[in-house]
Amino acid sequence: MQMPPLDPAILARRSEIVAALRAIVPGEGVIDDLEGMRPYECDALSAYRQMPLVVVLPETVAQVSTILSYCQDNKVKVVPRGAGTSLSGGSMPVGDAILLGLGKFNRVLEIDYANRCARVQPGVTNLGISKAVEHEGFYYAPDPSSQIACSIGGNVAENSGGVHCLKYGLTTNNLLGIELVLMTGEVVRLGGKHLDSEGYDLLGVMTGSEGLLGVVTEVTVRLLRKPTTARAVLLGFPTEAGAADCVAAVIASGIIPGGMEMMDKEAVKCAEAYVGAGYPLDAEGLLIVELDGPPVEVDYLVERVAEIARGRGATTVRVSNDEQERVLFWAGRKAAFPAVGQITPDYMCLDGSVPRGRLVEVLAEMREMSKKHRLRVVNVFHAGDGNLHPLILFDANDADELHRAEEFGADILRLCVRVGGVLTGEHGVGIEKRDLMGVQFTEIDLDQQMRLKCAFDPDHLLNPGKVFPQLRRCAELGRVVVHHNKMPFPDIPRF
Amino acid sequence: MTTSTIKPRSPEELRQAVEWALNDGTTLDVRGQGSKIAFGKPMACDQVLDLSGLSGVVDYAPEELVVTLRAGTPISEVEALLAQRNQMLAFEPPDLGPLLGQEAGQGTLVGAVMGNLAGPRRLSAGAARDHLLGFSGVNGRGESFKSGGKVMKNVTGYDLSKLLAGSWGTLAVLDQVSVKVLPAPDQTRTLLLLGLDDAAAVRAMCAALGSPHDISGAAHLPGKTALRIEGVAPSVEARLKALRELLIDLDAGMEELGTLESRAFWREVRDVAPLKVASGSVVWKISCPPTEGPAIVARIKALRPSAEAFYDWSGGLIWLALPPSADADHTIVRGAIGAKGGHATLIRASEAVRAAVPVFQPQPAALAALAVRVKESFDPKRLFNPGRMG
Repeated sequence: MQMPPLDPAILARRSEIVAALRAIVPGEGVIDDLEGMRPYECDALSAYRQMPLVVVLPETVAQVSTILSYCQDNKVKVVPRGAGTSLSGGSMPVGDAILLGLGKFNRVLEIDYANRCARVQPGVTNLGISKAVEHEGFYYAPDPSSQIACSIGGNVAENSGGVHCLKYGLTTNNLLGIELVLMTGEVVRLGGKHLDSEGYDLLGVMTGSEGLLGVVTEVTVRLLRKPTTARAVLLGFPTEAGAADCVAAVIASGIIPGGMEMMDKEAVKCAEAYVGAGYPLDAEGLLIVELDGPPVEVDYLVERVAEIARGRGATTVRVSNDEQERVLFWAGRKAAFPAVGQITPDYMCLDGSVPRGRLVEVLAEMREMSKKHRLRVVNVFHAGDGNLHPLILFDANDADELHRAEEFGADILRLCVRVGGVLTGEHGVGIEKRDLMGVQFTEIDLDQQMRLKCAFDPDHLLNPGKVFPQLRRCAELGRVVVHHNKMPFPDIPRF
Repeated sequence: MTTSTIKPRSPEELRQAVEWALNDGTTLDVRGQGSKIAFGKPMACDQVLDLSGLSGVVDYAPEELVVTLRAGTPISEVEALLAQRNQMLAFEPPDLGPLLGQEAGQGTLVGAVMGNLAGPRRLSAGAARDHLLGFSGVNGRGESFKSGGKVMKNVTGYDLSKLLAGSWGTLAVLDQVSVKVLPAPDQTRTLLLLGLDDAAAVRAMCAALGSPHDISGAAHLPGKTALRIEGVAPSVEARLKALRELLIDLDAGMEELGTLESRAFWREVRDVAPLKVASGSVVWKISCPPTEGPAIVARIKALRPSAEAFYDWSGGLIWLALPPSADADHTIVRGAIGAKGGHATLIRASEAVRAAVPVFQPQPAALAALAVRVKESFDPKRLFNPGRMG
């Protein structure tokens, strides 16, 4: 993975930069010794690591503002970091950039049940929000699998999803407002406790911008009342096509389940060996469908889903009868990644999205690729919204296997784009898929996105080396070539 | 003054038209059917760029919950198509035609997206912004570009769909969009609470929204507070019963509307029909924290006793009609919003009034400057709908 070359002039000024940061953030908030910086050298994409120039952990918005305006004035790069759980290298440090950790912003500021929202600092964990409101029967809907550790600020940066997206949306659909520090140090508020923007929807742009546009210092999220009941249905099919057909039929019948997950035979085998969830080992495709809502609705829909599944040839149809059984059905799915970890030294988790109708074809092609690259692949995915998580099994100590795994991963993502899907459904581009952006986007598409970045960060100081394969200078991107009066009017109806 | 109209027949012709306008220094009044042309700051464009020649559904797969269509496709055509498969545009785009002095039933889906419109279901399903999955179009450099896709879950690159939704055609001209659709509910019923004042009504609506009964519409009209429940029959029945029990202590009269009555009622709320608008009245739309709604209206009524208002979105959306005035009372309206946040948009007023006062809520300097840079990143020569957003 190629990162931008380090700027020797910045490296040479390191002690001066550290001193300037110490003047802004007193005490232990600036970490510049190797041992102290070690925990920050990578995020959850741990195959790639680099030591930052220096780590700074501000505690106030004023400090964040002063740090960013210092960096803007001195052309020092900044990598923002929440909890460091990015699976795409979104918060991987860069050697000539300050690592700006928001971990100390960890307070819940306000809970407003009447307006169904909570105002929190960005370092509060995703699950922490739900925990803070559960005694009143509320929760925060997006639930990425790292929710126990990942921060809400990081969720905003990545537009994180989870297993309940189809019904409840991603982060972007559950945010009401943020406070944002621009690279100039200016502090602006987007949204609040009200709906929709008074002008351009910059809240929508910030969500999923992967730390390239600004630093979020406060988040207002929408709270939902917990559904009264949830029941899960376990469905085993003799073919993957049968399982995929069932997913389409459930949705076409007008049911939007709270969650609808699919596992292939290999994943079922691993998960069953690991947690003993009672999964049918003969199934080629396993579905877990969760229905939530009032008991009478859930009971009614569970029956309909079971009926649809039988009609599509399901060989296993089991409905959870109590909360314990529901949790058991999910246990295998939730433990699928560590379960796969039991049978391989390393695995690479991918994250493409495809139109649901192409699932079966994509799975078949993936198996062919598996033969070609001589590596096994296990599939777990959010079937309801077509978000795949193929796991490629390999041994990172074998350089050739690592290389083949990277090639295999890239082939899978190219396949996703080819069938009308996208490179990443919920993990973000980061450094991981950066060099594949050209597969999905044309140069013009990417230039337009970079111009938007220039509107926020004209010197490309925020989160360098991420998302864009090659950043072009804003001055160059901003040039407009106009051929005055030299172009004849095209042959278009005009009246 | 607008002199003539260009009507491209294909995405490439659209691109050529914009490229020509860029080179010619021609500003473009971009429109689908022009049904909302009486909204926004008045513009003085050189040409109309008419998108109605780019029309039709490109692809509709009900089981994928996605419809892809050309920018000029009438919203009525899309809604009729979805209804055949028992699906809908869940954001419930309002028909603002009559409010803006035009006939009902006009407008394009992309026009609704460009205004980020949303009806009563904004509460539970979101606005147009939450349903635009991707698009292709032309920027102010005469370049065709795309963003997003046709899949539900996508975080590849910046989410330009959010930015384009609500940009009123000032950033790029779209030629095609993919929009998320959802199953239409089997049943729709409404619980009416009678005789509550504004404050009690908003408390009741917020309590209902905070219950597990999945309220998909909460509006307060003078003397009548409405809560909508949708879904499969047994569920609707059970939730309605539970909702009555939850609100029993209010001591308000209760009535119910069945599915057909409910649909008609909420269509009226969606289209702002309950607002008493005299000819010449100005109409404002105020977005605020739901619990702040009644205080905002009270502050306005203290200064303008003849103001008419009703609430949607559990109190978070106020539709307000004021008697004619040269400045649309914008300082009174915006002054009433207060420190708890929110914004007011002038939806209906004469051209002279819209020219004189800020139609959109003025932003703090840093944000306003950022918005200008964002505009320039798409449309550096200000070709598209110049000045429409102020």
